[in-house]
This record gives sequence, C-alpha cells and structure tokens, in this order.
Amino acid sequence: MESVWISRHQKILLVVIRNALTVVAQGMNLDLCPTLPAEQALAAFRAVHDIRHHTPVLRGLMKDISRPEPKDDVGRMIVRVGMSGDMEAFEQIFRAYAPRVRAFMMQRVRDPQISEELMQETMVMIWRKAAQFDPVKGSPGAWIFTIARNLRIDSYRRSRQPDFDPNDPAFVPEAGPAADDFVETQDQEQRLHAALTGLPAEQHDLLKLAFFEEVSHSEIAARLGLPLGTVKSRIRLAFSKLRAALGDRP
Amino acid sequence: MKIRHQVSDALLLDYATGVLSEGWRIAIATHLALSPQSRRRLALMEMAGGALVRDLPPEPSPLDEERSWMALIRRLENSKTQDEAPPPGRNPQNAASVVLPEPLRSYVGGDVASVKWRPLGRGAYHLPIAVDDKNTMVRLLRIPAGKPVPEHGHRGRELTLVLSGSFRDGEALFARGDLEEADETLQHQPVATEGEDCICLAVTDAPLKFRSWLVRAVQPILGI
Repeated sequence: MESVWISRHQKILLVVIRNALTVVAQGMNLDLCPTLPAEQALAAFRAVHDIRHHTPVLRGLMKDISRPEPKDDVGRMIVRVGMSGDMEAFEQIFRAYAPRVRAFMMQRVRDPQISEELMQETMVMIWRKAAQFDPVKGSPGAWIFTIARNLRIDSYRRSRQPDFDPNDPAFVPEAGPAADDFVETQDQEQRLHAALTGLPAEQHDLLKLAFFEEVSHSEIAARLGLPLGTVKSRIRLAFSKLRAALGDRP
Repeated sequence: MKIRHQVSDALLLDYATGVLSEGWRIAIATHLALSPQSRRRLALMEMAGGALVRDLPPEPSPLDEERSWMALIRRLENSKTQDEAPPPGRNPQNAASVVLPEPLRSYVGGDVASVKWRPLGRGAYHLPIAVDDKNTMVRLLRIPAGKPVPEHGHRGRELTLVLSGSFRDGEALFARGDLEEADETLQHQPVATEGEDCICLAVTDAPLKFRSWLVRAVQPILGI
C-alpha cells in the first residue's frame, strides 16, 4: 500500500521536475524533446548544460543544434525526418496533421474508410519525400497540402496531371534570392493565416469551396448563381489581400 | 526576362486546387515554368490551401488514433526507403537553346527542331498534340512574321502561350512566357510581330462532338 503511494508520489514529482526542467531549458535555448521521460530529460539536460558551460567550442555547436524549436514548427520536423528518418519527429507530424488531412479527404470522398486510407498514403508520401522538402523555399503547410491534394485527385482521376520541372534546362529560375527567403516561412504562414481569417465571408467561403470540394471557378459561379465576372473578381480581391499581407505586390 | 501577361488568379486557382483538366494544365504548367512571378503566386495559393486545411475541424480515425498510427508504422516498415534529395538544378547556361519547356516538350516528343509541322495555309503551320483529355484541343502554332494568326474559332475559352517570337493583339504585346486568356466575349486578332516567326501553344475547348454521322458529316460545312 505504502509502496503504491510512493510510486504515485514519485510520478507526480517526476512530472513536476520535468515541467520545471522544460521551463529552464527554454530559457537557455536548449533542445529537450518534450516526450522524453523526466529522468532521461534530466540526464540530457545535465549533459548539454555541462558541455555548454565548459567547452567554448562545443558551446557554439550546441547553440546551433539547440535552436529554440516551437512545438508547431512542422517544417523543422519534416527536415528531421528527411535527414535521419527521425521517428519522433514523424510522429509529431502525424499527431498534428493526420486528423486534418483526414478531414480534407472527407470533404470530397465523404467516406471515413477511404479518407483514412488516403490520409495514410499522404503520411507515407511525407515520409518518403521529406528529404526533398526545402524549408527556405516552401511552407510546410503548403507542402503537405499539395501532397494530400495530388493523392486525392489520383484516387479518382485517371488522366495525367502535367507539371513543370525545376530541373528542366528551359525552366526559368528566380532571378535573385526571393524576397521571402529572408522571412521565416513559419512567420509567413502565421501572417497568411491571419489575413485569411480576416477575409470577407463571401471570399473565404469561395476559397473553401475551391480547395475542399475541388470546384472550378466557373462551376462555383454556376453553383452560387453568380455571374462569372463576380466570382473572378472575388478571387482576385481575396488573393490581392493575401499577397499584401505577405508584403508582396498586390 | 519579365513576363508581362501572367495567368489570372481565377485560372491559377483552378490549377492550385487540381480541377484543371489535362489540356489546360499543359498550358498553365508550361507558363509557370517560364514565369517565376506566377510560381510565387501559386506558392501563396498553396499556402492558403494549407492554412484552410489546418483550420478544418479534426476528423477522428475510424480505427482510433493509436491504431491508425500503428497501421502507419507497419506500412513504413514495408516500404522503408526514403526518396533521395533532388539533384542540384542543371546548369542554366543551356537554357537559351531549349525553346519548349517541360511539361510541353514531352508532349511534343522533342524540342521545336524535331517538330513535323503541318501547313495551315497562308504560311502558317500547326502541330496537333495528343492528350487523353477529350474536352480540349491542344496544338502548337507557327505564325509567319507580320501575319495574323489564322482563324482558330473559339466559342469557349482559349489560352495562347508564346514560346518564341511575339505577337500583338491590339495594344498589347505578348512575348515568350506570356499567356493570353480569351473567351467568347473577347474579339481579338493576334498578329505576329515583324522580324521573327511566332511559335505559340494554343489550347481551346474541343469542337462539339455529335453522335450522328449525318451531323458529323455536315459539321465542317456548317462550321460548328
């Protein structure tokens, strides 16, 4: 009886230690995996702490690999999966995105089993293509969206989906570093998200219809009983605002 | 090279959402290969798609989250290989010599030098491009310098992408990479600029197909 109480007590204590440790680690810019149990976290903390404070050369090194890592930075998780097949990072991507990707599939296929299957295929593709993800060039949300979109289309359409090829000699690359290279893509995503939320309902609804149910702009006009010109100008207005929010020419 | 005439937001959105059928898609994808500005606009649309997906209410798994995760692990173990990082981009120095970018070049089966042009009359040539998509007609056009584009009657949408040379349509000049979007409401008469033949990709709605052989037989006479 007593031992049970002690083990419970210990558990609570360990959680308290774990939480305290996380706060300290964050203040010191240390990278401690949030799922690590308290004892291991403590050991890792000690090791990192010792190295940082006793070896100036290693200190610089540690600073680099222990950059603050916000929990929702999916981009960095994808990079970790691509570099070393990091299962822990992959699980975090799964936890964050699987329910959303499933919901995205449901919008079109309306069948929980098929949506689950397409979500699984999307995750396998994320795993396989992770090394191709470039966090400087693309936002992780956009990258995952394009993978999910392509798989959803492939699931019911047979025809080819021709695309451009960045390695083609005739492909015209960006002239210099793109202006957005200097802005963190995560910051971009947040600003875009804020602008998207701020769109008038008629524009926001139109985008949802287009992205979720995969309806062309002319079908949207027919479905909503609007003149084609009205739909076109709503699309134009919506994207001018989104571009302006990211500092691009509207 | 600055692209003056980029794809419209409405059509680019159709590309980003994946609804565009093969024929139209060839024109937009080839335009995107030539226009970094349009690609940046596409990237923003895809980011918007990602943000909308993130806002969706989470859909629970028909299994349950843990079993769904375990199922995924099993799949990964069966196909443990990861794709390699993409090879570094090819040297852009030979870019000038290739006229047809991908994905168009694969559809044509080579660059312009290998095209077996068919005469259209009045010095113009064309090459029909085979696509699975039966609702569009895709072809390359070669218009002699200074001559108008032959009547290519469109009752629906028409996309024209310039690949070499240039043409004027009223006040507007269209050069390599520029895309002209036209519909039945637009009266236009493109004329190839003096000095160089103009090669462009034209995509139109396919002519209506009639079941009856009789209607099919008189279709060219009636011009429908």
